Amino acid sequence: MSTYRIQGATGEWEVVIGLEVHAQVTSNAKLFSGASTAFGAEPNTQVSLVDAAMPGMLPVPNRECIRQAVRTGMAIEAQINKWSRFDRKNYFYADLPQGYQISQLYHPIVGEGALHIEADEKAGIPEDKIIGIERIHVEQDAGKLMHDQHPTMSYVDLNRVGIALMEIVSKPDMRSPAEAGAYVRKLRSILRYVGSCDGNMEEGSMRADVNVSVRRPGEEFGTRTETKNVNSVRFVMQVIEYEANRQVDVIENGGTVDQETRLFDPNTGTTRTMRSKEDAHDYRYFPDPDLLPLELEDSFIEDCRASLPELPDAKRARYENELGLTPYNARELTAEVETFGRFETLLAATAAKIGKPEAKVATQVANWALSVAPGVAKSLGDEADMANATAEAQASILAMQDKGEISGGQAKEIYEFVLKDGGDPEAIADEKGLKQVSDTGAIEAAIDEILANNEDKVEQYRGGKDKLFGFFVGQTMKAMQGKANPAVVNQILKAKLDG
Amino acid sequence: MTDFTQLGVKQIRDGVAGGDFTAREVAESFNAAVAAAAELNAFIVTTPDHALAAADATDAKRAKGEDLGKMGGVPIGMKDLFATKGVQTTAASHILEGFKPEYESTVSQKLWDAGAGMLGKLNLDQFAMGSSNETSYFGNVNSPWKKAGTNAAMSPGGSSGGSSSAVAARIAPAATGTDTGGSIRQPAAFTGICGIKPTYGRCSRWGVVAFASSLDQAGPMARSVEDCAIMLEAMAGFDPKDATSLQMDVPNWEAALSADLKGKKVGIPREYRMDGTDQAILDSWEQGKAMLRDAGAEIVDVSLPHTKYALPAYYIIAPAEASSNLARYDGVRYGLRDLPEGAGLQDMYAATRAAGFGDEVKRRVLIGTYVLSAGFYDAYYTQAQKIRTLVAQDFEKAFEQCDVILAPTTPTASFPLGSLNDDPLTMYLNDVFAVPASLAGLPAMSVPATINSDGLPLGLQLVGKPFDEQGVLNAGLAIQQRAGFEAQPEKWW
Repeated sequence: MSTYRIQGATGEWEVVIGLEVHAQVTSNAKLFSGASTAFGAEPNTQVSLVDAAMPGMLPVPNRECIRQAVRTGMAIEAQINKWSRFDRKNYFYADLPQGYQISQLYHPIVGEGALHIEADEKAGIPEDKIIGIERIHVEQDAGKLMHDQHPTMSYVDLNRVGIALMEIVSKPDMRSPAEAGAYVRKLRSILRYVGSCDGNMEEGSMRADVNVSVRRPGEEFGTRTETKNVNSVRFVMQVIEYEANRQVDVIENGGTVDQETRLFDPNTGTTRTMRSKEDAHDYRYFPDPDLLPLELEDSFIEDCRASLPELPDAKRARYENELGLTPYNARELTAEVETFGRFETLLAATAAKIGKPEAKVATQVANWALSVAPGVAKSLGDEADMANATAEAQASILAMQDKGEISGGQAKEIYEFVLKDGGDPEAIADEKGLKQVSDTGAIEAAIDEILANNEDKVEQYRGGKDKLFGFFVGQTMKAMQGKANPAVVNQILKAKLDG
Repeated sequence: MTDFTQLGVKQIRDGVAGGDFTAREVAESFNAAVAAAAELNAFIVTTPDHALAAADATDAKRAKGEDLGKMGGVPIGMKDLFATKGVQTTAASHILEGFKPEYESTVSQKLWDAGAGMLGKLNLDQFAMGSSNETSYFGNVNSPWKKAGTNAAMSPGGSSGGSSSAVAARIAPAATGTDTGGSIRQPAAFTGICGIKPTYGRCSRWGVVAFASSLDQAGPMARSVEDCAIMLEAMAGFDPKDATSLQMDVPNWEAALSADLKGKKVGIPREYRMDGTDQAILDSWEQGKAMLRDAGAEIVDVSLPHTKYALPAYYIIAPAEASSNLARYDGVRYGLRDLPEGAGLQDMYAATRAAGFGDEVKRRVLIGTYVLSAGFYDAYYTQAQKIRTLVAQDFEKAFEQCDVILAPTTPTASFPLGSLNDDPLTMYLNDVFAVPASLAGLPAMSVPATINSDGLPLGLQLVGKPFDEQGVLNAGLAIQQRAGFEAQPEKWW
């Protein structure tokens, strides 16, 4: 149970949140035309006759977009509807050439599903939670109006017209900004794992309509507002915070919350009315007569399922159970596609180099990938050329460390050289003298000298003052200029002192 | 010298192929006939050069001994609902006046590929909405026929009225039509020619200005059943650009034509005996039965119980789809733009559409918008779709007892232009016999049966099972052979 509450003048209020996330489907071509979907092209250069709604043009569904929606549905454990249908949502606007958006109101392609968010005490999520998903449907995106091109007119860019979107509609299951933030992050992660959306919120590939209402804890839902087109996790959380407080103020001051559509202003962190319920469009939805119902064959569905990668929750469990990683490391490494991608490549390279099973070196690699390597890169700042951070080079460093040839400190130093100038880590270690001495003769000689010079301490140690062992180690390392292999030093000291 | 304008598709094709005359001679004759028939107002634009170029290409192929195609050397009229590359395409509306597409519709391209040439773009009811060809922005089309003893301008039917007028007047051997709720069959019946609407999906809708997408079907209009079979073969075929296109091979309908109906059963739907139907029409229906019996068929009574609901359902579904299909004509990207001084976007929409659409189009957009609006959708649109399903089921059951259905095409013969202008409901009743087959997506054809006492043609309608254009054409041929319809309008233009 979320403990997030708005403290009003008259008592506590609970916030109820539902999200409609629009995710642009990763596909080379648009939902119903062959035009390209690349971002950032010159205005009106990626527009087919169908997109421009020329007379007599007809939509033909793009199989790849359908496939991506089905795969996404499977990733949130949702029901896949073998029979779905496209509807027209009718309204006039200059960025909508057809005068209607082809969407799926009555029979969406994906039915109910669920998304797990994990407990995060620090963020204010006391326990794991399942957020219900109502549906996913596919629909066309609209174009873009440009108001800054002419003093009295607006220009229209139709490049985005007809690009496929998935609208992922949650149930009103979230109860705090933190839960909503975790939901969007988790959803984004899943979409990116599946490869059905690049999740790039800055470019608008993913944006959310945020539904917020407040109620006394445990009572009926209140009237909700919908804030449109919010394009970052932080903004989603801001919208909820602001809207919940605004609604509480309205109610506590004797007013009622209007069911309306609102807009978020990122500059002020506030929302304002876009249109009220009375002004709401009558979209006159009806089945698109240009398109037959979408009927998915079993073989198509099986192919979609077979093409799904290991998903975040399963991967995290495997990292913990099979690779023996800590829950923290497992969660950090599986949050992003890039992170686990780099980790798994490095893990494979390191295990191969060392000649041990992955599970035996996973913790070492995880610590390196999450903490050591980013730390070195950060300390170098602009000096680091990340192109040099190859799995091969890092694996080589980790392998030297595993064999005791270099210390942790030396590993960092070598990695610094690698990031700055590239090169073979083993050669760097040799050249720069960054190797531990495991030569027992040299170490023994150093130890003999130290023991001879500190006879009093040797006596005390042998008399029971165990703590002095650290002193001898320190002296030896100092004499060896820090390059002695600590394990060898320990072993020899132990033999000489205790022997 | 042969009067080429008296020749039909088959005769021209075979004559050109056989070297009896050249395609150019034929094209020149029809170009001249078109130019001399301006009073019919059948064409919005004429394209004599297109016809000549196609003819020359055919003649050149013949000289080289190449295949001339199914329509080699035949010049035709193209209903101005089909997008033709570089040639004005208006749907007979002001809003598309001057619009020259950069693309060619699939059906017209197939015809050109089959060796046909284009005489011009044929007038029609605006956006194919109308049953008399009086809603065109470019003026009424006149039927070449006159009611005996009068000089009143008669309706060629609609919406393919330019097509029917041109073919009946022998200024085109054949023409394309489109049929949403009778727009091929009713004008064919009014003008004494043949016209077939194939099974929904046979002809691609790509590049055809949409009226009601779930009903629109292209088809040929010509003076004989054979000519329709030939031209339909050239027009039909799967098109990946139309998601509702049938993924089936096109049969060789011409080769399989047969008027021998032995073993076939012809259904007579009892619900088509409606009040308000002309006695002459009922009489011709009886004669039609006799002709098909004579061709070897057995006549059986069938029932299509939901017939009376079909027309009201049609006048909900078709306007609903039209209201959405016509939303794209908004003045933003192409066609007419009316931007009053100081106007915003909404004002521009209103001004452009008010100026660009005719009254009948506006009426249907309003009806369609209304029946789809919140609170009325279930009462109208959902109910109408249920009726559509019931009408289709009626046919399915009827076709368990028969192979083809015989019915009148229209309840009356042609009427004088202007006589029904104030009475849209009576106008809509013209399509009462045509609409059920449209709702069910079935192949249906009108063939000329007789001339009534006013000297006006009457047609009979044949409706077939899904994909059985052959059965429809064969029964049509049996009637054609027995009806001996050879009447021609007297030339007055």
